[in-house]
Amino acid sequence: MSDVKQVNKGRRNLVIATCAAGGAAGVAAAVPFAASWLPSERAKAGGAPVVADISTLKPGEMMTVEWRSKPVWIIRRTKEMLEGLTRVDAKVSDPKSDVPMQPEYAKNEYRSIKPEVLVLVGICTHLGCSPQEKPAADKGEMGADWAGGFLCPCHGSKFDLAGRVYKGAPAPVNLEVPKYTYLSDTRILIGDDTKGA
Amino acid sequence: MAAAEKPPVTGTGSAALDSALTWVDQRFPLMSTWKAHLAEYYAPKNFNFWYFFGGLAMLVLGIQIVTGIFLTMNYKPDANLAFASVEYIMREVPGGWFIRYMHSTGASAFFICVYLHMFRALLYGSHRKPRELIWIFGVLIYLLLMGEAFFGYLLPWGQMSYWGAQVIINLFSAIPFIGPDLSLWIRGDYVIADATLNRFFALHVIALPLVLLGLVMAHLLALHEVGSNNPDGIEISKHKDARGVPLDGIPFHPYYTVKDILGVVVFLIVFAIIVFFAPEMGGYFLEANNFIPADPLKTPPHIAPVWYFTPYYSILRGVPPLFHSQFPGVVAMGVSVMILFALPWLDRSPVKSIRYRGPYFKTALAAFVVVFLILGYLGTEPITVWGQFGAWMGNADRATVVARICTVIYFLFFILMPWYTSIDKNKPEPERVTH
Repeated sequence: MSDVKQVNKGRRNLVIATCAAGGAAGVAAAVPFAASWLPSERAKAGGAPVVADISTLKPGEMMTVEWRSKPVWIIRRTKEMLEGLTRVDAKVSDPKSDVPMQPEYAKNEYRSIKPEVLVLVGICTHLGCSPQEKPAADKGEMGADWAGGFLCPCHGSKFDLAGRVYKGAPAPVNLEVPKYTYLSDTRILIGDDTKGA
Repeated sequence: MAAAEKPPVTGTGSAALDSALTWVDQRFPLMSTWKAHLAEYYAPKNFNFWYFFGGLAMLVLGIQIVTGIFLTMNYKPDANLAFASVEYIMREVPGGWFIRYMHSTGASAFFICVYLHMFRALLYGSHRKPRELIWIFGVLIYLLLMGEAFFGYLLPWGQMSYWGAQVIINLFSAIPFIGPDLSLWIRGDYVIADATLNRFFALHVIALPLVLLGLVMAHLLALHEVGSNNPDGIEISKHKDARGVPLDGIPFHPYYTVKDILGVVVFLIVFAIIVFFAPEMGGYFLEANNFIPADPLKTPPHIAPVWYFTPYYSILRGVPPLFHSQFPGVVAMGVSVMILFALPWLDRSPVKSIRYRGPYFKTALAAFVVVFLILGYLGTEPITVWGQFGAWMGNADRATVVARICTVIYFLFFILMPWYTSIDKNKPEPERVTH
C-alpha cells in the first residue's frame, strides 16, 4: 500500500464528499439548538401591551408601570417643567430627537402625544440600568442650573424631563419612548399604537 | 498485543501491589503516564515563589467543582425560587453556608491565582517561544473563567446579579446591526428573566466546566511537551547528561509535589481565614446589594462588577460614545482582553526573564501593573469618587480622566512592546540556571 504513491482520485473525491456532507449535517443539526435560545411562545405572550390608568396622576407626579418586565414611566408634567425643557436645549446632545428613539407621533418638542403626559421606557440607553428621578429641587447634587430630570446611578448619564440625554454622558441616545396610544383621556395602551387592540 | 511486552512494575515494596499495578499497566498506559508527567518530568531546579500559582489554580478548580456539585443539590435555577434557595442553603442546609462561602471565596481566589500566574509569565517570559501555545490555552482558560464567573454571578438572583448581567448583556446590544437581536437571543426574553437564569445555570454547571477541564489538560500537555520555563528564562534542555536528563532539572515528583504541598497548606490557611471570618471581604467578594432579591424595576444606586472584572469595566466606562453609539467602549474592552493572545509575538526581546531585561521593559511592566491596579480600583467606585476638575477641564470627573489616561497606557504597553523590547539594553543571560 505505502509504496503506491498514486492517489486514487475517485476514492479521494468520495472521502471529500462524505466529509462535506457530514459537516453540513453537523452544522444543520446546530440550528435547533441555537433556535432554542430564542424567546419562547410564553415569553413572547408576556411581551403583550399593557394598559395604564392615569386618572389619579396629579401634575408633577410620576407613575411606573411594567411592560415586558421593564419600567415604563408616565409623568404628568407641569407648565414649569415643560418650560424648563427649552432652557436645556443647548445642553442635551439630541434636542430635536433626530435619532429614532420614539415613534413618529412623539418626535416633537415634548417627545409625547399630549405635551404634559410623558411616556418613557425607564431603562438607560447606555447599559440598561434604570435611572432615578432627580427633581429640580435637587440642585445641591445635580448643580445649580438643574431643571429636573433623571440620573442613571450606574454610569452617571443625565436626562431631562423629556428623556433627552445630556451632552458628555455615556448614554449615546435619548431614552426610548415606547409605542403607545390613548384608549380614552385617562387610559393609555403601552406597547401598541393601533386602537382597538 | 505488543503492549503486553512491557516490563512488570516493581519497587512499590509490596508484591501484591506490584502485581496489581503490572496487571493495570499491561492494559493502560499507567507507568508511562506517571513517568512522563510526574516522576520523570524534569522541571528546572530554580523555581521560586511565583511558581506556586499554577498548581494553586488547579486546587481552586477542584474546590469549585466539588463545592459546586454540592450547591446544585439544593439550588433552584428558577427566577421565583433561586434567591430563596440560596438563603435556604445559607441558613437551613447543615454546613450549607460553608460550602457556599467556599464557592464564592473560591471564585475570587481563582482569579487571584490566575492573575499572579499570568504575571509570572510576564516576569519570566513564559509565554515566549516555544511556549506560545501554552500561553494561548492559558488565555482561553482565563476567558472561560470570566464567562464562568459571569454566569455564576447571576445564579443567586440578587440585585447585583440581575443588574450586572443586564449591563453585560447589553454590551452586545451595542454591536451594530445584529446587536439588539443578539442580546434578545442571549436573554431568551425581552429582559433578563427565568429563561436567562435557567440557561446561565446550564452553562455555569456543565458546559463551561467541561471545556475548562479540557483546556487545562491541553495547557498541561503543551507545557510538558516543551518543558517548563524558569526564573532565568533560559532552556534547561540545552545541557543534558548522558541519559538525556537536563542537568538543571529535577523530577517534578517528589521535589515539586512536596514544594507545592507547602504552598497548598499556606494557601488553605489564608483561604480558611477568609471563608470563616470575612467571606464578603468588605463587599469585594460578595457585594452588599446581592443580599437583596433581584428587582427588574429598580436599579441599585451603584452598580459595580466583582473586583476581577473592574479593570476592563473601567476601560468600558472610560471610552466616550462616538456617533451616538457606545460600541467603541465595548470594542476597547474586548480588545483589552483579546490583545493578550498576541503577547508572545509582540515581545521582540532576545531575553525572556526580567532578570536580564533592560530598563525599558522593566519600566513598561511596572507602569502596566500600576495602571491595571488603578483601573481595577476605579471600576469598583462610582465615577464621581474623586470629584470634578474645575472649569479649566470642563468640570470633567477626575476619575474618568484618570481612567482614560490609564486606558491609553494599558494599550501602549502592548502596542509599543515590539519597539521598546527590541531596543532595550538587556544583560547577558547565563548559560546555566541560577538561584
